Amino acid sequence: MAGMLLSNAERFYIWDGVEENFRSDGRSNKDYRPMELETDVVSSASGSARLRLANTDVLVCVKTEIDTPKSDKPGLGSIEFFVDCSANATPEFEGRGGEQLANRISNLLQRAYHSSQAFNLKQLCIFEGKQCWKLYVDILILECGGNLCDAVSLAVKAALFNTRIPFVKAALMDGGNIDLQLSDDPFDSKRLEVGTAPLLVTLCRMDEENIVDPTAEEETCIAVSIVVGVSGNPALYTSSEDTTPSDHKCTTISMSGNGGILPDAMKIVIAEGITAAKCLDEALGRTLLQERNRTNLQKKDSYGFLK
Amino acid sequence: MPGPELLSSQGLRLDGRRPDELRRIRCKLGVFTQPDGSAYLEQGNTKVLAAVYGPHQAAKSKLSTEGVVVNCQYSMATFSTSERKNRPRGDRKSQEMSLHLRQALSAAIKTELYPRSQIDIYVEVLQADGGAYCASVNAATLALIDAGVPLKAYACACTSSVAWRGNHPEALLDVGHVEEAAGGVCLTVAALPSVDSIALLEMSHRLHMDYFEVVMSRAMQGCKDIEIILDKAVREHLAEGWTKPDVITI
Repeated sequence: MAGMLLSNAERFYIWDGVEENFRSDGRSNKDYRPMELETDVVSSASGSARLRLANTDVLVCVKTEIDTPKSDKPGLGSIEFFVDCSANATPEFEGRGGEQLANRISNLLQRAYHSSQAFNLKQLCIFEGKQCWKLYVDILILECGGNLCDAVSLAVKAALFNTRIPFVKAALMDGGNIDLQLSDDPFDSKRLEVGTAPLLVTLCRMDEENIVDPTAEEETCIAVSIVVGVSGNPALYTSSEDTTPSDHKCTTISMSGNGGILPDAMKIVIAEGITAAKCLDEALGRTLLQERNRTNLQKKDSYGFLK
Repeated sequence: MPGPELLSSQGLRLDGRRPDELRRIRCKLGVFTQPDGSAYLEQGNTKVLAAVYGPHQAAKSKLSTEGVVVNCQYSMATFSTSERKNRPRGDRKSQEMSLHLRQALSAAIKTELYPRSQIDIYVEVLQADGGAYCASVNAATLALIDAGVPLKAYACACTSSVAWRGNHPEALLDVGHVEEAAGGVCLTVAALPSVDSIALLEMSHRLHMDYFEVVMSRAMQGCKDIEIILDKAVREHLAEGWTKPDVITI
């Protein structure tokens, strides 16, 4: 995060802490900060989630729209990511100030979700060649406390998990046009299969050590950071037994920062990223299923921002 | 005089409120740690977040020796409305709203205390269900209080409209989206109720001057009611004190 001014002494303190595997907030190099997640927070969207990772705060909403599929991919729907850096996070984002960061994150997500093994776009097809669903995933960044990519990808997956798509009741063929009738009942809808959706893990290289989940202060001391997108395991996101578990696969890798990294170290970084993503995926799947079971039993008390 | 059926024969509105009732207001101060002040406010289904940065040194282009420069940005999340918006800000409506926010909040802030400085007020509308501007003013007031900016009085905003019961006009307080879309009069008032002054008044559509007084006084009453709610929230927040655990920082 820009705008954070650290003195040399503070930098050395962070560097030395990483070397000792004991960071300034008491975590080891492989620990995440505590997270809070709530789904279904915005009623005007088909699915939504709010994730707070220490003081990084993101709100993700999914909206659906009917679209015509591309002629070269008649059986596929589409998914689009839009990131908005709210000026609430920092005054630098005022006006168009946050656009660069926003584009970086949305491109990263687009690339991570591009693979059919990461997100199956076939489930968004309504009528092959004629109509499909288009998902708009709108990400609002409300506070930046470091490690934005990880927080955003977790919240996106949670929001997609929460998304309901209405069933099509009837389709009338009128010449070449199709007139769809959608079900009005909000419960007469299907859930998306999001088990394989990728998570992004940011690993930061400091001297010889790799750290996960950097705070805003730590981010200013980093020469190079690597974002690894890793697809999820669908067996973690369903309570039924018959889903075939799949391996965690790397769907995107991206590097930023003005430093370099040795090829051997890169291999370690990627392997560590996959391990971290596995843990995150397990935790996220468990939490989301827990919340869904709770809401099935009784109406959920919504906390939103009032907690 | 025909109009949309905004009032039932029992005198209840479309969402079941009485004409002089506000929607439920829930709010919280200090939702974020990085801004100097922040607040979240829900007015029915309209949900707004406000953050305040400053007072800090003013940008060269904006600097004023008279008093503090109040810089406002109103932005609506792309998912806030039922139809998806393409741009969160920069469109004409948001720009107009930013100006109106500035007008209302400059009236409330003791601007003369901070010459050559600037206060940034950012408002993010998460869900818009009518009266987004009013919720924004109310949330911004709370955020300013959370930031410790000296105010002359609470700035509260409220809308009111008019419905017909027989031939008798009945003013409706705190207009929701459905009532707004029905196309009636919509009077928006931002006021400083405790010093009894109006900071901003705007009206859309046409209204006979004979009825203006009724609608106006209803909106002013709404502002007074909101002030009581905001004041209660501020007192509760301060009573909680600083004992609440904050996010750990180094």
